[in-house]
Amino acid sequence: MLEFLLRVFGKDSSSSKNVAKERLRLVLVHDRADVSPQLLEELKEDLIKVISNYMEIDESALEVNLDTSDNTVALVANIPVIRMKRTAKRSEKIG
Amino acid sequence: MGEVIVITSGKGGVGKTTATANIGTALAALGHKVVMVDTDIGLRNLDVVLGLENRIVYDIVDVTHGNCRLKQALIKDKRFEGLHLLPAAQTKDKTAVNPDQMRELCSELAKEFDYVIIDCPAGIEQGFKNAIAGAERAIVVTTPEVSAVRDADRIIGLLESAELRDPKLIVNRIRPLMVKKGDMMSMDDIIDILAVNVLGIVPEDEMIVVTTNKGEPAVLDNNSMAGQAYRNMARRITGEEIPLMDLEADIGFMNKLKKLIGFK
Repeated sequence: MLEFLLRVFGKDSSSSKNVAKERLRLVLVHDRADVSPQLLEELKEDLIKVISNYMEIDESALEVNLDTSDNTVALVANIPVIRMKRTAKRSEKIG
Repeated sequence: MGEVIVITSGKGGVGKTTATANIGTALAALGHKVVMVDTDIGLRNLDVVLGLENRIVYDIVDVTHGNCRLKQALIKDKRFEGLHLLPAAQTKDKTAVNPDQMRELCSELAKEFDYVIIDCPAGIEQGFKNAIAGAERAIVVTTPEVSAVRDADRIIGLLESAELRDPKLIVNRIRPLMVKKGDMMSMDDIIDILAVNVLGIVPEDEMIVVTTNKGEPAVLDNNSMAGQAYRNMARRITGEEIPLMDLEADIGFMNKLKKLIGFK
């Protein structure tokens, strides 16, 4: 039945290779989401750097977490904004 | 100073030891001085794959514990002058050696040999940590299966956190007909997922069973497709640019042959 449905909704996904790829994709999202606190800390610092170009934020109250639910992993960031900067200091576009 | 290369995979049974034996032998056949180190203490196998099991006197634990000199433990291969094996101990466990001892051992060997090829045990515990401790480059072996690719991904992450950047991938046991039918992941599919560079692709080859039965690496057999794949890899390791094998071309040829003899 499942095979039949897959065939109806696109012949590509009917091959077992694509099933394998999709399962791997999902399982690796979970595996890789098991990031070290150190990596999360680095990400936090980078986020602060970028966002500070546009607004003043409360760095001490900043929270960055990975939220894992059934089939997805989301990066959830809670960033309290103190005030917007009047002229956003845009970094020069590359290219 | 020679180069220390670890061959690892995470999952067991994907062909690490076969890859080590074949790459080591192929490098020696190119005229390099090579030593292969079996770090799978307690489950040594590289000796039988190479057909050198009857020559073992001392092993890696004897060396690190100072029971013998390094030179005494090295077994000379019967086919190539420059090829040597440092066997694992069979009666000890992985904790008999520590990463510091491995680092020292590898730097000693690198003085003597052009290539030090380390056969890593399966898993991510002590044996893995020992095996990668002294390595400068890493080769990750996987097969086109979900479990093996998943473990390869984990290993690549662990290698990177151990500062072993840019590992090279071997995709082993590809069955071109199944890939063509869409029933097996191709090399490109796996690269897509793992985002690493490829050292080589090895087609499923019955000759590997035959050559392993005899204790002769497949690279010595000119008719073996897998042997050819490993010979190519050895040359890539030395810096040569060798294009990847075209496995699809072989299907075309086989099909033509079948048609010719009225099989289809």
